[in-house]
Amino acid sequence: MSHGDIEGEAGPVQVRGTVLTVRRVDAYHAMTIVAPGVAARFKPGQFVALAVGGPVTPMLLRRAFSIHDVRPDHGGTVEIVFAANGSGTQWLAERRARDVLDVAGPLGRPFPVPRDPVSCLLVGGGYGSAALFSLAGRLRERRCSVDFLLGAASGDRVFGALTARRTGRTATITTEDGSLGSRGVVTDMMGQIIHEARTDVIYACGPMGMLRQVTSLARRYDIPVQVAVEEKMACGIGVCMTCVLPVTGSDGITRMVRSCVDGPVFRGEQVRWDDVGTIPFDCFGAPGWEPRSRRAAGLSGTARPARGR
Amino acid sequence: MAADLRARLGQAELPNPILTASGCAGSGRELAQFFDVSKIGAVVTKSVMLAPRAGRPTPRMAETPSGMLNSIGLQGPGIEAFLQRDLPWLLSRGARAVVSIAGGTVDEFAELAGRLSDAAGVSAIEVNISCPNVEDRGQVFACDPGAASTVIDAVRRRARYDIPVFAKLSPDVTDIVAIARACVAAGADGLSLINTMLGMVIDVDTMRPVLAGLTGGLSGPAIRPVAVRCIWQVREALPDVPIIGMGGVRTGKDALELILAGAALVSVGTTIFHDPSACIRIVRELEEELTQRGVERLSDAVGLAHEPSAAARRRLTGTTGVGRTS
Repeated sequence: MSHGDIEGEAGPVQVRGTVLTVRRVDAYHAMTIVAPGVAARFKPGQFVALAVGGPVTPMLLRRAFSIHDVRPDHGGTVEIVFAANGSGTQWLAERRARDVLDVAGPLGRPFPVPRDPVSCLLVGGGYGSAALFSLAGRLRERRCSVDFLLGAASGDRVFGALTARRTGRTATITTEDGSLGSRGVVTDMMGQIIHEARTDVIYACGPMGMLRQVTSLARRYDIPVQVAVEEKMACGIGVCMTCVLPVTGSDGITRMVRSCVDGPVFRGEQVRWDDVGTIPFDCFGAPGWEPRSRRAAGLSGTARPARGR
Repeated sequence: MAADLRARLGQAELPNPILTASGCAGSGRELAQFFDVSKIGAVVTKSVMLAPRAGRPTPRMAETPSGMLNSIGLQGPGIEAFLQRDLPWLLSRGARAVVSIAGGTVDEFAELAGRLSDAAGVSAIEVNISCPNVEDRGQVFACDPGAASTVIDAVRRRARYDIPVFAKLSPDVTDIVAIARACVAAGADGLSLINTMLGMVIDVDTMRPVLAGLTGGLSGPAIRPVAVRCIWQVREALPDVPIIGMGGVRTGKDALELILAGAALVSVGTTIFHDPSACIRIVRELEEELTQRGVERLSDAVGLAHEPSAAARRRLTGTTGVGRTS
């Protein structure tokens, strides 16, 4: 997939969505929205950007949520899972059935899925695991085996433990306070699972710190890892340039790429985790940066991290 | 009958006065997923520089009441990639391209103007001498009449004669009219008012500034009254100089407010982040607002707020062609 083709694919749509249900799921809220067109185009790993606060809201920035699930009912619904920890998400949590929301999506690059029936480990942190269940369905269609490893600070913050147990070949839960599963963090258990499940590929979604640790462990075992990052976004569609992070492309050049359109899914080892929040000195366009070949540099302004298998 | 929205940009005629604001629409490609970019007046591109630029570290953004701070730092691929990839794409879509340029030196601005003049299809150049997100405050040329006029003079000399040059000014000055006069004297064909205002947000939990760059540019409806004031003052002093107005335009009514203050064209910026199809919606809303008020032509409304009310009313009812009071 090349960046230049965004309009050639089934691109995103902006629709007036109607809230179907909002319910509490432990520490989180799950919201189902009738959003025809979004559901039909969705691929696992993609997200929606919602306007919050109503028509004259002082909150101008869209909120991005990974899509938990889509269903064909009512012309197409999408479900998101979120923690109401800011004024925008609190407003969302107060919505009721039949309220109308401005929905843009599906956005971003989806998880690439293997061609062959391989052994997949899906690692989720907090409500980040919401993005993994539709992926698991897709992987099972490809005859892949799916092991889940979900973690959070406490049991009520582990999203989808039951579903993981019901649908995964195995499901391992970790919590920092030990209130559910084993006490610790997901990476404490990763090595053991990789051995037992003979993991071929890892998918991860959750906080940046966790993704960094998962990537580092995956590298140690030489297993490809696909991560879906959570960066703060203002627009979600690629125009605001606020959600950038340093990613090394297959050409070996590091660029500040947008997690909304060049991601949110990246190959873990291509993200320069240690340099997130900085402009690495060797980054394309950093102060003092010199193109190796002026022409080649000019032709590749945005990163195209190579896809995994 | 629906109001006639046609507007002029130099010698060119635009179907309507609604443009994107620089830095809020990339080079139009992403927005084309949501509406036909040839249906708005023009796409004003993100400021292009000579060399590729990585910009500032993250966090680059903070939401504020009815606004936001940004601290992008002019990230972009440079003029070469722009000319090879972005400009041809815009033109292939039938869009009109207003190219914003930014530079650290007068020579860089001049060189950019030269490169754009050699390319076909540039409708206008907007000279961004007012980006607040640069390391050196001395690089904000729009804070000083002398520096502003040096840049505009250099750009005007290098730009092809038939490409209009607009100077984009900062509201963060004591007397914006003095800067506007200096730019016009140096050859600016028009003025873009306003860029963002320098602002800052501190996180009271971490007790540190939110933005990695510490300060950022404030945009959105929060600054609209400042935009209206700047446009008003400049229009009052320089009534014949075309103004592209921008600053917190969210609806057709907001666009009309800037037009009444003196803007001939209106750019939509931060609102695009909230609503990716905002530009085309505002075109529709502006047409409705003008039609409802009995304004037949957009040009009749430009600067109308400067006229005494009786004259304005007569002009609208078409009984007389009252000239401007200046």
